[in-house]
Amino acid sequence: MKMELIQPFINAADAVLSQGLQSTTKVGNLTMEEEGYRRKGVAGMIAVSGDIEGRIILDLEPETAVKVASHYAGAELPESDSLIKETIFELANQVVGNAISALNDQGFHFRVHPPYLLTAEQCDKTSEDTEALMICFETSLGNVFMNVALRYNKRRMADHARVGA
Amino acid sequence: MEQFAPVKRSKDGQAVRYLIVDDSVFARKNLARMIETFGGQVAAEAGDGLTAISEFDRTHPDIVLMDITMPQMEGIEAAERIVQSHPEARIVMVSSVGYQENIVAALQRGARHFVQKPVKPEVLYEVIKYVLGEDGVVANAAGAGV
Repeated sequence: MKMELIQPFINAADAVLSQGLQSTTKVGNLTMEEEGYRRKGVAGMIAVSGDIEGRIILDLEPETAVKVASHYAGAELPESDSLIKETIFELANQVVGNAISALNDQGFHFRVHPPYLLTAEQCDKTSEDTEALMICFETSLGNVFMNVALRYNKRRMADHARVGA
Repeated sequence: MEQFAPVKRSKDGQAVRYLIVDDSVFARKNLARMIETFGGQVAAEAGDGLTAISEFDRTHPDIVLMDITMPQMEGIEAAERIVQSHPEARIVMVSSVGYQENIVAALQRGARHFVQKPVKPEVLYEVIKYVLGEDGVVANAAGAGV
């Protein structure tokens, strides 16, 4: 996967988490995922389509998800609170929104689909031409995992090239 | 959360009333907390554009904070419809999707300003003061206009 696609997502996640948690965030391990994604806890997934297509997962271990949501809520939340899921969704939305804004200004056009809760323990393996990259962000409240699987939509890109020619 | 000098309505010195529109409960709560630190009051909340239109008609808020990507009716269309029937409406778009085309579309269709998520309270505070213009006044600790 091209780093030019990934970097805006890393930058966006770093900025969103640092600002929201009011502490510095360290970008930890980056690993390529060859098997289907195995969920760690509370995971929100957002699909994108257009010039680039694929999906982004933001995943927090249950204990970290409670801590993060409680931080944003300004009060300690029980593990069952629906606001925990809402918090992860909104964080995922902010990360994807910020990243695609940067990519859009570079000429890529997207549609962002609403987030949904990933309930399966393990996702299907990504297709041969889609590689998934896992990035771990080390925050003051625990690790936040972001899994990005994107590929260029060759037909859309060819259409743009024809129009531009 | 940081406290700001309260922004009041200049015509009657009352709290500025806001309509918060976002499909995320989390985002609405977050904005509501910020508004409280500005001395404002939440007049109503809505989770989609259609409800936003009816809530505007019902509550006549001083400012609308409007998300863009929402179910049923997106924020830019809702903003346009509100401004068509209430040209005086002050609508600030608040979205994580902040690319140029989106911002221009929102402004062309009646929004007064755009704030990108994650929202920084100090940025939103300045935008609120700017959008209110002479209709808003920053009160001192004793509540008098400065």
